[in-house]
Amino acid sequence: MAKVTVDGIEVEVPNGATVLQACEAAGKEIPRFCYHERLSIAGNCRMCLVELEKAPKPIASCAYPVADGMVIRTDSPMVRNARRGVMEFLLINHPLDCPICDQGGECDLQDQAYGYGMDRSRYREAKRAVKDKYVGPLIKTIMTRCIHCTRCIRFSQEVAGVPELGATGRGEAMEVGTYVEQALRTELSGNLIDICPVGALTSRPYAFAARPWELRKTDSVDVLDAVGCNIRVDSRGPEVLRILPRTNDAVNEEWLGDRSRFALDGLKRRRLDRPWVRRDGRLLPATWPEAFAAIARRLTALPGHRIGAVAGDLADAESVVALKDLMTALGSANLDCRQDGAALDASRRDFYLFNTTIAGIEEADALLIIGSNPRVEAPVLNARIRKRAIAGRPFPVGYIGPHGVNLTYPAAHLGEGPAALRALLGAAHPFAETLRKADRPMLILGRGAVARADGAAVLAAAWQLATETGMLRPDWHGFNLLHLFGGQVGALDLGFVPGEGGKDLAAMLAGDVDALWLLGADGFDPARIPPSTFVIYQGHHGDRAASRADVILPGAAYTEKDGTYVNTEGRVQRGYLSVFPPGEAREDWKIVRAFSEGIGKRLPYDDLDALRARLAGANPVFGTIGTLERRGCADTRGPAGDPAALGESPFVLPITNYYQADAISRASDTMAECARIYGGAAPAKLAAE
Amino acid sequence: MSGGSGASPENGGGIGATQAADEAERHQPAHFAFDEESERRIPGILARYPETRKASAVIPLLWLVQEQMRRQTGSAWVPKAAMDVVAARLGMPPIRVYEVATFYFMFNTRPIGRHHLQVCGTTPCMLRGAEEVARACRDATGIKAYGETSADGMFTLSEVECLGACVNAPVLQVDLDYYEDLDYESTVRLIEALRRGERPRPGSVIGRQASAPEGERTTLLDVPGE
Repeated sequence: MAKVTVDGIEVEVPNGATVLQACEAAGKEIPRFCYHERLSIAGNCRMCLVELEKAPKPIASCAYPVADGMVIRTDSPMVRNARRGVMEFLLINHPLDCPICDQGGECDLQDQAYGYGMDRSRYREAKRAVKDKYVGPLIKTIMTRCIHCTRCIRFSQEVAGVPELGATGRGEAMEVGTYVEQALRTELSGNLIDICPVGALTSRPYAFAARPWELRKTDSVDVLDAVGCNIRVDSRGPEVLRILPRTNDAVNEEWLGDRSRFALDGLKRRRLDRPWVRRDGRLLPATWPEAFAAIARRLTALPGHRIGAVAGDLADAESVVALKDLMTALGSANLDCRQDGAALDASRRDFYLFNTTIAGIEEADALLIIGSNPRVEAPVLNARIRKRAIAGRPFPVGYIGPHGVNLTYPAAHLGEGPAALRALLGAAHPFAETLRKADRPMLILGRGAVARADGAAVLAAAWQLATETGMLRPDWHGFNLLHLFGGQVGALDLGFVPGEGGKDLAAMLAGDVDALWLLGADGFDPARIPPSTFVIYQGHHGDRAASRADVILPGAAYTEKDGTYVNTEGRVQRGYLSVFPPGEAREDWKIVRAFSEGIGKRLPYDDLDALRARLAGANPVFGTIGTLERRGCADTRGPAGDPAALGESPFVLPITNYYQADAISRASDTMAECARIYGGAAPAKLAAE
Repeated sequence: MSGGSGASPENGGGIGATQAADEAERHQPAHFAFDEESERRIPGILARYPETRKASAVIPLLWLVQEQMRRQTGSAWVPKAAMDVVAARLGMPPIRVYEVATFYFMFNTRPIGRHHLQVCGTTPCMLRGAEEVARACRDATGIKAYGETSADGMFTLSEVECLGACVNAPVLQVDLDYYEDLDYESTVRLIEALRRGERPRPGSVIGRQASAPEGERTTLLDVPGE
């Protein structure tokens, strides 16, 4: 530890910390442009100058390591003068277009110019103008505003793992761009907008939409992938205008995937904003009582075991438990939330969770990925793996899955199908040896790898491999299942799987039920539903399943309701209502509750608190919000399934089109544009590293 | 500060690197491959750096590209396709090569004339008549401004910073050779010789030996003991 005095305040910071960090520890705010906590240090903007006693000139605090006994002044005349000089230079070539700049109101340069800028310019020469660059459909560039902090270059190289941005030319001719005018091939490109301290990189879909002070900001949680990124939903009136990440070091740090950030225009399109009832083969608008009556007529005539329910990928835990209770009241145990047919074993929580936790990835020292492309399935989680991979300590990564996948970090390709997994079981395989030797090995099993005929065998084999290679210990749990959407784990936690004598999705689709209640279930082909089945679709988008429905109950999207979601780690998080559901659409649990009353099977909760008490009763994990206990593995008995029954067919990745993977993003024009430009499939070109 | 990149503010009011690249776009060859002579030299260059740091060879390899282009096309420049080849050869992202190639003015990122006339405009040369040399270059080639190539494709004119030959100022670098102690007339004569395909002897055009004083010796005249 080093003892440093900052403006008379003595602080202790670890050796190797920077002066800037010491100043922050003392509670002093240091202006900066190029410095960013999660990127490497560049030290090129010079805004963070401070005075160091006995040093002849001001020092760049972001790039200056502390030493014991340093005396720093952050607010001396010398410091102010130096920063004023830096600001004057920065503003020489920065346009005065704040009134038409989308960064206005949340611009680091604007804010700091209030502190250190002059009220006039001494510069009389011609200002520089820079041609705007094309870096993709999501980011609008106004490169004349660029102050060359190089944050975007470092972000794309270090965090996103796509070294495609750079600074070409030099001096006055220096420009930031890709040089070859191509869209950045990353699923994390939206974060460039957040890290750009000026208005050079702004959001293209949000261009000229609003000023930050006009927006109502609601903290919430993302459900479009299973990471459960913390988000802030900015809305104005009835409209969600943008979605930004919120810092949560345990989950998403401060990043957000492009689908989660930009699919929001899908919240306005193809919405189900009123009930519909099929009469004489045609779906006709209806009122809520008519829709409920149509369902009640049908359901009350059926025995419980002829009714089934499927929970969708984006469903909140409240509506799932309400639907489960309704089905129980109707006498049905035909429940399923595994629309992809994943052979998940819901009997124990660590069979289907990402047990290492996302932050825990940084402690791991070997990784095996089976049948998953985390870059596409959970870009923010993949960034965490990359962070670990470039951290310096060795981190061997093995990968079993299709060829041609670029994970953004080096990975040894071990095979394409379960055969490679079989080879790892047993002694001889060198990568199994690597895992065994590692202190904290982990594996990531993709949900796609268990959504197949031999899924149970794959799950069991992965668990067996985890056992054999020392991943399952009381102090370390290296077995991880990577889910795809924010509603998947919550439904498993609530046991929304076939109960005693209940039928699973495949059986329900085979004609074993006469009525099917789909709660936002768009994850399977509705053509598989037998024509005679009566289908109730409760959801927010007229996506795949709604057109097949006999009754449509309009529900709320994740931005339109207070909901509880569980991410792939098993972290329970709350989302909050940002805007009201459109038209006659209602929060989903209320729909189920209202219907239950109409058929005389009133569910025993009248408000959200009572429902959440019921949630916590169904599974105690719903009583702990936000926090997560690190799990070890005390019981190494594996999930159901016979490892010997592994098939031969190669693994197929579940998400082939990152940008259009769920009902909301399929309705989004922005995402359609991305899918067109990036060719639908994930950016797969191998980067030279 | 002009020269190869053509990206200086003098020749286009703040023309940037990418704009220069755009202009070069129509000349960009689709392919580039190292020829036999270049390939012969590559192993020696790579051997200078550890395998894990082979990206350090990016400047020598880009120079190799430029020299090969001079041999093959008579225009010493580095096409984008060649930068990609260098990136692949060194296992580095192409953008890191673009950054280096556009940073250094000795790499031309767009086609230049057969001869690259590089006028030193830094203070000693300027004081000794660099502006006359530049005027002679313009008059003899028909070029209007720095960064341009003459209509016959023979010459490209650039202004460069100090070439380190101040004692023999003013200096004009033609391709890889220095011509020193120039004035208007001698510069015109030099350019006309180049146009005829001749290659006058590099160095001082007034016969000065190395950096010795002009004319007679002025120091060390007395020999001790005489």
